[in-house]
Order: sequence, then C-alpha cells, then structure tokens
Amino acid sequence: MDMQKMNLTQMAKALRAGEFSAVELTRHYLAQIEAQDEAINAYITVTSDQALAQAAQVDRALMSGQDLPPLAGIPLALKDNICTEGILTTAASKMLSNFVPPYSAYVWLKLQEQMGVLLGKTNLDELALGTTTESSLFGPTKNPLDLTRIPGGSSGGSAAAVAAGTAAYALGTDTGGSVRLPAAHCGLVGMRPTYGLVSKRGVIPLASSMDMVGPLTRSLADNALVLNAIAGHDAQDATSADRAIPDFSAGLNKGVNGLRIGLTLDHLESKVTADFKAAVLKAAADLETAGAKIVELAPRQLESAFPTYYLLSSAEVSSGLGRLDGIHYGYRSSDYEDLEDIYYNSRSEGFGPEVKRRIMLGNFVLSADYYEAFYVKAQKVRTFIKNEFDKMLEQVDLILLPTTTDVTPKLGAKKSKEDTRNVNFFSVLAPLTGLPALSVPTDSRVENLPVSVQLIGPAFSEALLYQAGAAIMGGAGEETAQ
Amino acid sequence: MTKYEAVIGLEVHVELMTERKITCYCKNEFGAEPNVNTCPICLGMPGALPMLNRQVLEFAIKAGLACHCEIAPYAQMERKNYFYPDLPKAYQITQGQHPLCIGGYLDIETRAGKKRVRLNRIHIEEDAGKLIHLEGEGTLVDLNRAGVPLIEIVTEPDLSSPEEVDAFLRKIRAMVQYTGVSDGRMDRGSMRCDVNLSIRPAGTEELGTRTEMKNLNSFNFVTKALEHEYQRQVEILESGGVIEQETRRFDSATGTSSSLRSKEDATDYRYFPDPDLVPILVSPEEVAAIRATIPRLPDVRIEEYVERWELPEYDANLLTNDIRIADFFEAAAVHTNYPKIAANLIIADLLPGLAEEGDVPLAPEQLSVLSDLLGTEEINSNTGRKVFKAMISSQDPIDPLAYVEEHQLKQINDPEILAGYVEEALAASAKAVKDYRRGKEAALRSIIGQVMRATSGRANPILTEEMIKDKIAALPEPE
Ligand SMILES: [Zn+2]
Repeated sequence: MDMQKMNLTQMAKALRAGEFSAVELTRHYLAQIEAQDEAINAYITVTSDQALAQAAQVDRALMSGQDLPPLAGIPLALKDNICTEGILTTAASKMLSNFVPPYSAYVWLKLQEQMGVLLGKTNLDELALGTTTESSLFGPTKNPLDLTRIPGGSSGGSAAAVAAGTAAYALGTDTGGSVRLPAAHCGLVGMRPTYGLVSKRGVIPLASSMDMVGPLTRSLADNALVLNAIAGHDAQDATSADRAIPDFSAGLNKGVNGLRIGLTLDHLESKVTADFKAAVLKAAADLETAGAKIVELAPRQLESAFPTYYLLSSAEVSSGLGRLDGIHYGYRSSDYEDLEDIYYNSRSEGFGPEVKRRIMLGNFVLSADYYEAFYVKAQKVRTFIKNEFDKMLEQVDLILLPTTTDVTPKLGAKKSKEDTRNVNFFSVLAPLTGLPALSVPTDSRVENLPVSVQLIGPAFSEALLYQAGAAIMGGAGEETAQ
Repeated sequence: MTKYEAVIGLEVHVELMTERKITCYCKNEFGAEPNVNTCPICLGMPGALPMLNRQVLEFAIKAGLACHCEIAPYAQMERKNYFYPDLPKAYQITQGQHPLCIGGYLDIETRAGKKRVRLNRIHIEEDAGKLIHLEGEGTLVDLNRAGVPLIEIVTEPDLSSPEEVDAFLRKIRAMVQYTGVSDGRMDRGSMRCDVNLSIRPAGTEELGTRTEMKNLNSFNFVTKALEHEYQRQVEILESGGVIEQETRRFDSATGTSSSLRSKEDATDYRYFPDPDLVPILVSPEEVAAIRATIPRLPDVRIEEYVERWELPEYDANLLTNDIRIADFFEAAAVHTNYPKIAANLIIADLLPGLAEEGDVPLAPEQLSVLSDLLGTEEINSNTGRKVFKAMISSQDPIDPLAYVEEHQLKQINDPEILAGYVEEALAASAKAVKDYRRGKEAALRSIIGQVMRATSGRANPILTEEMIKDKIAALPEPE
C-alpha cells in the first residue's frame, strides 16, 4: 500500500509488520518535502538529520521487539511557535529569527515519549497573528489543493504539510481559529481542544487565556490518536486541567443516534455565503439521517464576540510580546546608542505591521484611562458569551457551525473587513468560551475545494465531537476528504 | 509661623526566604555567583510558564496574620508592564485589585507613647534582577534576584514623624523575623522602603500634596530622608510655593534631594490579571493551619513582660523587637529573682552592639546569675556592667560567680570595713566637706568617688553615701 495514502494506524501496523522501516518512512517524507516544498513553502526548518536519527532509534527498538507507543516512528511536523530544544524556533518573526530554545514544549516532549520523528518546523503568520499565513518572515505558504490560494492560518504551514503529504500529521496552535481555519482550507480535520486539556508550556504565546495546541490530520481517527498522545495534566502549567484522559477515539464507531445537535440559523443567514450555508445544512441533514436530532437555537447577543476577542487577545499580545525587547535574546537592532534605542529600534525593525497594530491596540485597551471601558467590559462580554453557550449546551449535546464562510481566498487577495469579521465570528466562539471545537470537511465542494463545518461541545467532550464528526465525514473516522 | 505636621505613608518591600523563587524552580539565595540561579521562566523566555510557589503564599499569609490582616478568599496575580533590562518579561508579576492580605495594623511604641498604624494591604510580587554598572565597560545584568518573592506592606498615612516610621519599620522587621518569613535585613536589601510624605498645618484634616522617595535601604537613611523632605516642604509652603506631586531621590552623602520624575511622567503600567496564573483561593482551614505555626508575637510578649515582670512598656518593646533577644531575655528572666535587672543590662549593653545575625553571644543562665548577684547587692551596678560586657565579648563562656571571686569584685557592704575608707576620704577632702556643708551637693560626689577609687569600685555606693553624710553631719559646726 502507498505510504502516502495510509492513515496513522495503518502506518503503525506496517512498521510493526516490517513492511517498511521508520527510516524508510522518514526518507519517504523527506523526499516529498524535497519534491514539493519549494512550491508550497510549508516548512521553515527541515530537520532531516535529526529525523533520520530518531527514525533509526525507532527501528532499533522495533527490531528488539519492544512494545512501542502508537505514534512511534511516524513523521510529524510542528508549527514553528512550538519550542523545540536545540532547534531553531522563529514563530516566523524577525524578532526570533535566531532563537534556539534551550527547552522543548510539553507537547513535543509528549510526542518524543511516543518516539515521534520530527521532520521540521512549519510556517505561520508572524507570531501566529493572522489567518492566512501570509505575514510570515519567510513568505506565504501556498494551499496544496490550489497553489494560487492561501492555506488559511495561522497554522498554515502545518495544514499544508499534512494536506500535501509532506508530514503524516502536524500540530498547530489555535487562539482565534488558527488550527480550524487552515484545516478547513486544506480539507483536513482540525481539533481545538478544551482550554487546559493540552499544556501550552513551551508554546510561544499569543493570548495565554485562549492559546491551545491542536492536531491537524487527514482523518478523525488520526486526530484522536494524536490528541491521546498530547493531552494530559502538566504540573508546570497553571491552567492545565488535572483530570483523567479518556481514549478520544472510543466513540468513533458509535454513531449519533439520539444526539441533539444545535443549529443557529440566524447566523447562517447573515454571515455565510449561500454555498457554505447549504454545506452546513447538508451536514445537519446527514447527522439527522444518522439519527441525530437537529434543534434550532437562538442565542442572544453573540454579535460582540469578535470585537471582544480582538480586544482581549490584543491586550494579552501587547503584554506577552514585551519580552521580545532585544535585550536578552532574539533580534537586536545594530543601530543604537542607548537603552531606549535598543528597545525602539529592535522592536520597530523586528515586528511586522500586524503585530505592531495589535501591540498598539493592546496597550490602548490596557491603559489606565480605557481599561474599564474596554478591557473590563470585554471580560464581562466574554463571561456573558460563556454563559450563553452553557445555556445552549443544556438544550443540545453539540452545536453545529460553519468553520469558514466563503471559498478559500487567493493569495494576496485583500479581504474585506466584513469577511474577516464573519469568518472570525465563528472561529472565536470556542476560544472565548474555552470549549472544544472540531473542524471536519464535509462532502460539499465549492470551486472544487472542500467545505468544512465545526462542532462545539461542552468542556472535555472531545470524544463526542469525534463521534459526531464521523457521522459528517461518513464511516468510522478512517475517511479523508481528499 | 504656622506649625506643620507630617503625614507619612509607607510601602515596605520584604524579600521572603522561601527555598525557591516565586514562579519557577530556581533557588532563592543571597550572594550566589551572577546568573547562576536562573532558568527559562525567570529569564522570561518565550513560552516559559510561571507556576505560583505555594510556599510564597504560606509565608505571605503568615506575615499577614502577624499584622492582623484579613486573608482574602480570592486573590489574583496581575501583570505590571514596563521595560527595563532587569525585568526580562517586561512585566512584573504582582497584585493589584485583589491582594492576598487586606487591612490589618501594627501597634508601635515611641517615647510619645503607643500608636496604632493601619495597614492598607499586604500583597505578593516578584523582585527584579540587578544591574551592575561597570565604569567604562557598560552595564551587566544579574538575574539571580529576578523572581525572588517579595511582600509589599502598604500602610495608611497614619505615621507622623521619623521616630514613628523608625519604630514601625523595626516592628515590621520584628514581625517578619518572628514568623521566620524573612531576615528583614535592610543592609542586604531584604527589606526596603518607599515613603510618601505630605505636610499640613498642625490640627487640620485636609491632606497636602505628597511626594514619594523610593528604595530607602537603611533605618538611618529613612530618618534622614524624612527629616530632609519635611523641611523642604515646610520651606516651600512658608515661601508661598506649591508642592509638586513627584518622585524624589534623596542623596544621603550630600543631604540633598532632587526630582526623579513628576506625576505627568509617571508610567502607565497597564495592570491586568495575569492569564498564565489562575486565581488564588485560600480556604479558612489552610489559613487556620498556617496561623497555628506562628510563634508568640511581640505584642503578646510585651503584655506578659509588663504584667509578669513589671517592665515598663517601652523597655518591653525594646526587648521584643528582636526575637533572639526576646527569647534570650525570657530564658534568663525565669531563672533570676531580678528580671528587671536582666532587662536593663540587655537594653544598656547587649542591644546596641548586637550583630544583625548570629546567636546572642552568651547563655541566658549567665545573665540570670549575674542579675542575682546584682539584685542581692553582692556586686554593685558598675561592676555588674563590667562583668556583663566581659561576658559578651569573651570567646569562652564566663561564669559570673567565679569571675567575681577571681577578680575580687564583690561589693563591700560591711559598714565596719567601709568606715576606714570613709575616714580616709574625709580626711583628704577638707575643701569638699566645706563646700558640701555650704550646700554644694556636688561636692559629695567627689568624696564618694575617692572611696570608690580606694576600693576599686567595690564599695556599696548607697551605703557609702549614707555613711559620708552621717559623718559630716556628726562633725562639729564650723566657725
Ligand atoms: Zn528560574
């Protein structure tokens, strides 16, 4: 069987059956990167030597007959805002263009326990601020499904690598949609787990109160497998949830009979193109056919979700990025005479325009004169939205929403403010509420590109999300959209 | 001329002696090689996450309870954002709207009497690193101190003189030492003080414009700075000027001060709750468990000393400022019939020279025996102080009884023996006797002095004085 077409479970089996070795599998992916990545630009750094060494280690372990973890020997990619000890980690920013962290993110430690093979670090919008992967220091990533289009962002490099088959799976980070949006644009499964389910230690923060790491995979089963590996309590992350981790793939073949799925028709009416609305309704119909009950929901006042997200995340960005100041590590301007110059010139030269915009807005929101009017008010709205979701999730088990609202934009296309607002309206709901959200491709296509929907569930309902996702994608989680 | 009174409020920073720093796992120690105790968290590297050290909470709650604070059931760490090379994250983790300890007070004792100073709050925060400026070579950063836990004790503006401030700082130091949360040493920077001072016509209520002086790091320095600033403000008002709200720097070497920054230049620190750190929830059970570990505090001891040993409150206060002294005094006091004498010896000769750290340089039993010797008039007070000083400075422990015997220091209480010395002194002091009889009381001192010299200071001074007076009275009337 073609390695390229295999899912993670099949790869694990094949490795154990000796159909191919981990080194062979790794060479296959390195060759794919060699062949395709010049056109796609998914990778910032490719770690060939380390990957082959890790793979050789797996082969030795396999040969000695050891019982290995499920993801052993399977090549993966990490978004370049996930710190990897001894390996350049840039967050696609000039500010960190020379940063080699002396520590690894928790998720990479977990995948190393799995004996995962790291192929390299993938492209993103500078410091994960964006939804197109065009604002990277290393240039835009292209969508493997159509090289003239964006892959979505900010985890565009991770999504493109998986979609192009230059990685078996990848991790991204999602603060306002950055796993789910590229997953949708590239026809992948993307999970944003419940806030606290996965440790964010060692992930370069955008907005700590909303940042989450999530897997990008071709199938639901793959996604659950990776989530199984990276979820868990981290005593060194204060926001990490201390609870038992279930098998997230346990529900994949259970079906959706009797499940109540909520739909917010108002939002579909006002914020989504006709084609995309039709795709959501088709997904709802598929769920209904499979035995779920569709319930119409009419939430109050969610309109301020995006401005609320924008204010709060900007506030956290402005504070969190203060440490990139040219003093202790990272980029320092060569043009300075005093301390003030170091700060001013390093940050002026080191940050791109979107980052600067967000820092300025964040500083404004937190300033003494506007703190109450903006920051405090936004926190109140956030609580309101959270309560509203809690109420809806008393009426239904899951809520079905679009992931994206229109066909994947062309590279370099100017997006209207309204488009931005509409897309982000749906993607920021999960981060604001801390609830888990899963984006899955449907069988609808627009301009020959897949259309995805997302499901939001109660806290720690990831297994249920995969279960319902399977009804949308068909089968028991093994299917892929491509 | 109007009389002005000072209105003073303090912010006292105290470093907590926890084993580890406030949000990372680095050692919290004084005097290590630069940058040895650092890690990605306290170096502020991207993605490194803070975890609040529970021991910091415990220590801060201890200090709060000792200062009669209420422990907040809900507290939160906030970020105070500003750029400086000693602050690698570009924000300080501190507390703003939800401090750990609320309200509270400390009673202080000055010569003017007792006073209650109200606290506004005690909150926890992290210290910054240290910049080391090298002549001609630029500036180096040592981040060992970055992330060392601090408590900041904020008073209400209840203080009105340098003497009160001094007493208050000593009381704070006593509290942190008693509870064991800090060594409270200003010379090492483990206790530092910001003062706010304004003045107003005595007896009026309205507050004047205040100025702030930051990071004063010795008791002396605080007093001098306050005296200077009070005088400066009085002079401005007297000459019809207006006091600017500003931060000033006091230079102890020249005794002058200068403006550091005005209110307009004040940084906007953009405080907001730290999203990396979850709210701090302390249960009443936890507070009770911490309360149970606090030793008897100065106020309780002062009351005991006054009642049980009849010490003046002021003296009791002096003895309890330092837990080493208080414990030493108590151990000595229970084994002597003369605890007051023991107290006086400590205050006069042990306290002034006592080092900031280390043990008291003698055993309490030695002081008990010495106090008994004094109380039973076996030795006189001059001899007592001499022996006490010898005991303090000697490397080997001195047994006061043996020492008195060996050096023949026992007081001469026998009138028959004293009579000879008195005769001799009177015979050699014809002029003094004459002066005394003419009403010059001081002349008597010189005659007593002669007896003392002749007996190497061993004569019972009271008995000697009585005998001299009697002898003179018995002399025939002069012509
Ligand atoms: Zn540290």
